Formats: sequence, structure tokens, C-alpha cells
Amino acid sequence: MSLIPAALATATALAGAGALAGCALPYRQRVPVVGVLTAGVGAGGCTAGAAALSGSRWSAAFPGLLPLAGAHVAVDALAGLFMAVAGAVVVAVAVYGIGYAAGHGAHGLGSHSAQAVLPLFALTLVLVPVAASVSTFLALWEVMALASLLLVLAEHRERVSVRQAGIWYAVMTHLGLVLLLAGFALFAAQTGGETFAALRAGAHTVSPAVRGLVFVLVMLAFASKAGAVPLHAWLPRAHPEAPSPVSALMSAAMVNLGIYGLVRTGFDLLGGGPAWWWLGLIAVGGASAVYGILQAAMASDLKRLLAYSTSENIGLVLIGVGASGLFAAYGNRPLAALALAAALLHVVNHAAFKALLFCAAGAVLRATGLRDLDRMGGLRAPMPVTAGLFALGALGAVALPPGNGFVSEWLLLQSLIHGLAVPGVAVAVVLPLSVALIALSAGIAAAVFVKALGVGFFARPRSTQAAAAKEAPRLMLAAMALLGAGCAALALVPGLLGDGLDRAVDAVGLPGSGAVSDGGLKVRLTDVSATLSPLWVAAALTTALALAVGLPRLYGRRRRRVNARLWDCGGGAPTPRMAYTATSFAEPLQRVFDDVLAPEQDVDVTPVRESAYLVERVRFQHRVPDRIEHRLYEPVLRSLAGAGQAARRLAGGSVHLYLGYGFAGLVVLLLILAVGW
Amino acid sequence: MNAVGYTAVAGQIVAVTAGAPLLTGWMRQVRARLEGRAGAGVLQPWRDARKLLRKEPITPAGTGPAFRAAPALLVATTVVTAALVPLLSTDTPVSGHADLIVVVSLIALGTLALALAGLDTGTAFGGMGASREMTVAALVEPTILLSVFALSIPAGTTNIPAIVTGAVDEPARLASPAGLLAVAALAVAVLAETGRIPVDNPSTHLELTMIHEAMVLEYAGPDLALVELGAQMRLTLLLGLLSSLFVPWGIATTGSWAALAVALVLLAAKLVLLGAVLAAAEVFWAKVRLFRVPELLAGSFLLALLAVTASYFLTGAS
Repeated sequence: MSLIPAALATATALAGAGALAGCALPYRQRVPVVGVLTAGVGAGGCTAGAAALSGSRWSAAFPGLLPLAGAHVAVDALAGLFMAVAGAVVVAVAVYGIGYAAGHGAHGLGSHSAQAVLPLFALTLVLVPVAASVSTFLALWEVMALASLLLVLAEHRERVSVRQAGIWYAVMTHLGLVLLLAGFALFAAQTGGETFAALRAGAHTVSPAVRGLVFVLVMLAFASKAGAVPLHAWLPRAHPEAPSPVSALMSAAMVNLGIYGLVRTGFDLLGGGPAWWWLGLIAVGGASAVYGILQAAMASDLKRLLAYSTSENIGLVLIGVGASGLFAAYGNRPLAALALAAALLHVVNHAAFKALLFCAAGAVLRATGLRDLDRMGGLRAPMPVTAGLFALGALGAVALPPGNGFVSEWLLLQSLIHGLAVPGVAVAVVLPLSVALIALSAGIAAAVFVKALGVGFFARPRSTQAAAAKEAPRLMLAAMALLGAGCAALALVPGLLGDGLDRAVDAVGLPGSGAVSDGGLKVRLTDVSATLSPLWVAAALTTALALAVGLPRLYGRRRRRVNARLWDCGGGAPTPRMAYTATSFAEPLQRVFDDVLAPEQDVDVTPVRESAYLVERVRFQHRVPDRIEHRLYEPVLRSLAGAGQAARRLAGGSVHLYLGYGFAGLVVLLLILAVGW
Repeated sequence: MNAVGYTAVAGQIVAVTAGAPLLTGWMRQVRARLEGRAGAGVLQPWRDARKLLRKEPITPAGTGPAFRAAPALLVATTVVTAALVPLLSTDTPVSGHADLIVVVSLIALGTLALALAGLDTGTAFGGMGASREMTVAALVEPTILLSVFALSIPAGTTNIPAIVTGAVDEPARLASPAGLLAVAALAVAVLAETGRIPVDNPSTHLELTMIHEAMVLEYAGPDLALVELGAQMRLTLLLGLLSSLFVPWGIATTGSWAALAVALVLLAAKLVLLGAVLAAAEVFWAKVRLFRVPELLAGSFLLALLAVTASYFLTGAS
């Protein structure tokens, strides 16, 4: 019982010590000390989360900690799940970060400010799910946003693009905070209390229209934090520009908290809602899944590709959460529990493989200075361990057996397929489309990660930097191996998580379904049976692989492998420049989805001065811009800028005028008060 | 009963592995006769495989472990799928695990392994083949999963033996509009997955039109034998799956030896017939342009969506 507060107190103390160490220690000691302390923060969070998952609960109030309302904290299994995931990711990434920052010099991630903020960021990742009142939640949420913003900006000296990414992130995260504040303030005002317990108790007395408004406001805020389309614009900027360990933390732990907030508010605090909430959520999820993965398919920047893939996976999770709410709205609670369990399991799986993939991308970046897939290639020879671990993460990301992503995606598909038992035409239309969208995104994800692995790590080096790559230091490899072991465990024995998952689903008021159990994965509903035993599939594949390798050898005469030239059509040995690049790999998909992606092409022919027919130079430029950003954000930004320009006329520089504005404003306000009340 | 079950699984694996080259030989022979040629005989793929297996294994310069592992992985995924899909019997020790989504994903895993091998060669052809194959595979996926959805509605599960047993017990499911639409959709998806005309031409060696052949251009010797065997096995397996789902009669639903023997004979008959129909159709069809393939797949997707909708509203009404 006392394990949770002890672990959380330790984590907080370690984070404080880490922040001090980051400020005070010189560079050589700073990085390892802060790394170890941050790992301790993660371990504390992981322990507390695991304790909560195994059934303990804890709550407390600290009246003096925050002004006015005081701080309220509570840990249940749902919070425990997200704490455990965040904690585990923090442990691995903190160890990884020691190796990563050690090579980078005293700027960037190794600087005083970044190292001081890193443990605080880790702490908020673990603590946000603990909050049990609106003010506590918002305070932790904002500290998390600011800490991550500072970390995104860590390498601002090296690239201008970092600053732009930071501005986008800062603006969007604060717009999200405004929405969150508005939504929660409205909710608290209607229920007459700001602790989660009061909100939960008063939710039934709130009118449906206000509940709907609260849900929409809060959903927009959380969806933007989670990186769902169309509020994703910050994500493909901030995640690639942040130092790789920070990218891993943001993509594998921070975006999850958007999902946490959504589940906590939608299911627990608001107590579920009408079908339209959840249909909206499914629509957002479907759009994120397909649009995210399409943009990932077009990206040739490895970290940008991974960032868009985060959007995709969050989309899948949102589909699961939405389906769960939809089923609950129609009264089928076992199915709702199954869909929510699938969504939460996907959160865990995504955290594991995405942290691994970002760490591997960071190892490549550190070894070669490259993020551009078109210039990588051949990295499997100098960096075999990194390449192998990247392949393991990619196997999870493509959602094929025996990867870990497959387990949760299978569970999600099962819940959707069996969802037709729920009556209603809306369900009958939405579920097949969701299945199709999940399938399409899974199909494109396969192409995306074949591209990332095949172009980035296989074939031959396409640049001198790639040719000169060296394997990452042992500490980074060990951290990545830890994440890889996590992926493998989730892929083979997801049943270990079964009870915890049930408790987490129970915590939001849906009965635990027993969806994931005893070593395999079992879906047991009233008249439905479907079984998946990942361990069995993996064992069968291994046996069959051994047979396929062994049997032909028995038959054929045993000969040594001989090396031969590649087929060159008689034209001389093919150079690395002839190999397919990431851009060319994605070209067919880009053509197929031409209408959605709207690629831009620019051919600029410069003839020599004497004759228009002799070409001196041809410049070809090809870009696949983020179309939603183009269509949605740019008009808003333009109109804002326009309004700003127009407003300049109001500011003539005369002090009298400004005093007049103040007077007029005050009079109007008083008039409104006098008339209105 | 258990012995029969294990025999059925072994029988399925052996039938798919040993029968695949024969089916390919048979299809080539049918095609040759229809085109007025004598043909090489049904056994020719076996002779090719024997020849290739005896050659020395070759590693092209600059290729790595992915290139060497892919052929075995392709065959391995197909072998596991062959054990799972109820080609001969619905009552086997593994029938509880024979989930349609798992089967589809395992087949996709084989595709993915070959695409990675294609990229691993670092040649233009390998990359081109891999890129095209993954594009087609990505677009086929929605059709396949929606067909799975449509098929699982009447059975209430995605377990293939349960679907097949349900169809045997209640043949009206197959003749329903939903069943027919799902067949049509899945048939197009199978053509795309196995790289047959009109999506890909398995006998072309004209570089610019190749998909599958471009990916495996660098393979030689025993590796090539495995790649070819894997491709042939996939064709056999997917045709077998189609026949199990839509012509399920004859598949043993009980654990008796006689039923198993009958099932084996009927499976062979179904495959021979399906192969002949496909080969005959290929004589009259042309391969469509690569960028017309998405239209074809979009059409099959629509059929699958209709199948789900029809299935829902027809079963919902009853």
C-alpha cells in the first residue's frame, strides 16, 4: 500500500536532485549524473505504476502545495498503466541519453539548461496521470509542456529550423492549454468542485449540451497533444528537431498523455456520452491514421517519418477509444471494454517500438550526422546492432506477426469486427470503414518501414558520411537492447499485461473483459471466440524457417557460397547512385494518392545566353507539402497577420487616443454590467 | 482422432509444398495448349527446382543477411499458413489458432521479406520491384480485411475452420449476395497478392513491367529455387483458401481417415480446376498498366465494402 507514495516521493526527490545537478555540475560529471538520476525518476514511476496495475490504489491531498485549491493526487490502475509506460520509457531513454549527450559537447542536450530540465520533464511525464484535481492536472500539464519545449529548443544553435519548430510547438501547445482550461473551467463551474471526485460525482447533473461542449473542448486539446490530424502540425516539426532522446520521450511517453486525458475525461469524469462524441473521435482517429502514414510514406527525413508514424498510431488508438465509447453508448459494455483494452495495449506497444525506433534513428544521426534517408544506405555493415534493433522496432510498427504491434492491432480489429452486434445504422457504416482505414494504414505502414529499413540500412552507402559510420557506444546499445527486449516481451507474452490491462479498463467503469490472458491472447465474449497465441505463431515460424533453411541443404550438394557481381545489364558495375532512394521508393504511392497529397513540382530550365535551344542548367524541385497545414493553418495565419496589420491603424502613437480607448472600454463594460444584471 | 488431426496438418503442408510446382506446371501446360504450343509438361517446375537446388549458392556483391534470409522466410510463412488454413480438415490440433487475420498477416510478412531483399541488392531493379510490390500490397490490404469482415459476420468469428464449418452446415451463406461479393473481392485480391495477370505477369522479363520478377532478379541457385517454390506455394495456398472459403464441400469436418482421403482428392480436383480456369483466363487477359492497378483494386475494395454492408443488412433483417 505504501509502495506508491514512497516510489513517487523518491522519483520527485531524484528529479529535484537531477535538476540541481544539471545546473551545478561541470560538463563531464553532469551528463552521467543527471542520466542516472533521471533513470531513477523513471524507475520510481515504473514501480508506482506497476503497483497500481497490480491492484493498489492511493490518494492524498496536499492543501498547501498549490495556491487556492491545493494539490490533489490519486493513483488508480488507469493512471498506473500510463505511469508504468512513461517510467519504463524514461529509464531506457535516460540511459541512452548518457551515451548520446556524451558525444555532443557541452551545447545541445549536454548544456546546463537541457540537463537541468530533463529530469523535470521525466518527472512530469510520470506525474501527470497522478493528478486528481483540475488545478493539479493543469499545473503538471503546463510544466510538462514548458519542459519539453525547452528540450526541443536544445539544439537551437545548430539549426535555424529548431527555432521555427519551437515556435510552432509553443503556440500550439498553449492553444491546447487554453482549450483545456476553458473546458475544465466550464465543467468545474457546472459541478461546483474542481477535484476529479467532485467532477465525477456532479457529471450527471450537467446538461447534455454543456457536457458535449466540455467534451469537444477537452478532446481538441488532448488530440492536439496526442498529435492527431488536423491538430498535428507541431508534431512533425518538433519531434525531428528535438535531440533524439527527447524525441523518443515525446513520441513514446508524452503523446500518450493526450490519450490518457481523453480516456480519463471522456469515460471516467464525464461518465461516457452520446454516440456523436465517439463518432467524431473515430473520424479524427481514422483521418490521423491514414493521413499520418501517407505523410510518413512521403517523408525522406527518418525522424520526420517516425513522427508522422506517431500520428498514425495515435489515430489507431483514437479509433479504439472512439469505438469503445460508441459501444458503451449503445449499451454493449463487454465489447466497449475489449475496444478500450485494445487501444490501451496499442499505447503500450507503440511506446515500446517508437522509443526504440527514435533511439536507433538517434544512433544513426550521431554516427553519420544524417537524417535524410536518401543519403544513408549500407548502415547494416558498420552498425549491425543498431540495424538489428531498428528492424525489431520496425517489425512492431508494421503490425505483422511476430511483432508487438500486431497483437494490439489484432485485438482492435477483433473488437471492431464483432462490433456489428451493436445495433444502429451509424455503427454499421462506421465500423467497416474503420476496418478499411486501419487496413490501409497497416498496408502503407508496411511500405513505410520497408522504405526506412531497406533504404536507410540496407544496400550500399549513398554518401561519404554513411560510408564512414561507426557503431554507437555500448551504453546506447544497452539502452536500445532494453527497449528491444520490451518489444519482444510484448510481442510474445502479452498475457503478462493481461490483469493490469483489465484493471485499467475497470478503473474507468467498464467491466474488465479478460481480453488478454494466460500466456496467449484470448478474446472471450458471450458468443464469440477468437484466439491468438503470439508465442505459438513465433515458434511455428521459427520451426518452419529452420526447415526451409535445412531441407534444401540436405538435398543439394553442399557447396560454399560464392560471391558474384550484381546483374548490370552489361553496362558496368551499378553505382550506389543507381539504387532506389526513399523518394523514388515512395513515388508509386505518391502517384496513387496524388489527389490527397498534392505534390508540388518545379522545373526550372536556364538556356545559355546565345541560344534558347541550348540548355545550360536544369533545376528540378519536388516537394510533398503537408496539405492540411497548407489549407488549414496558412489561411488562419494569413488572416491573423492581416488583422494585425489592420489593427496598426488603431495605434497611431497618440497617448490621448490610448487613454480614450481605455475610457471607452471601461464605459462599455460598466454599461454591460448595468444592463445585464 | 488426434492422429488424424496431425496427419491432416502434415498432409496440408506436404500437399501445398509438393503440389505447388505441379499446379504451376499444370497451369503453364494449360496455357501452352490454349496458345497452340506443346508445353514443357506438368513436371517441368519440379525439374527446374531440382536443377537449381544442385547449383552453387551465390551471394551477389554488397548484399547482406536480409537478402539471404528472405527466401527461407517466404517459404516458412507459407508453410505456417498452410498448416493453419483448413485445406483438408477443419478439425486439427491447430484449428483453434487458424485466425483469418493471422493468416493474411503471415502472407504479408512473406511479401515484406522479399521487398526488403529487393532493396538490399542496391540495384535499380530490386528497388523498383520492392517499391511496386509494397504499393500493391498496401492497396490490397483493405480489400482483404473487409472480405474477412464480410465472411466473419455470418460465422461470428474470424476463425477459418469455424467459417468453413458454418458454410458446410448452411450452404445458403455462400449463395447470398454478401458471399458472392466477398468471393469476387477476394479473388481480385488473390490475383494481386500472387502477382498474376492482370496485376503482374509472372512470365515477363521485360524490365519496365516487372513487379515480382524485378525484386528477385539477383537470386540464383538454391535461393532462387526457394523463391520460386515460395511464390508457387503462395499461389496454391491462396487458391486453396479461396476454395475452402467458397467451395467448402469435401473438407473433413470429423476426424475420420476416409473423410481425410476424400478431402485430399477433392482438394486436388478443386485446385486443378481453379488453376485451369485461371490459366485460361490469363490467355485472354492482358496485364494492365501499373498505374491502372489501383483502379482495379479500388473496384475490388468497393465489392468488399458492399459485401460487408449486404451481409450486415441481410443478416440484420432476418
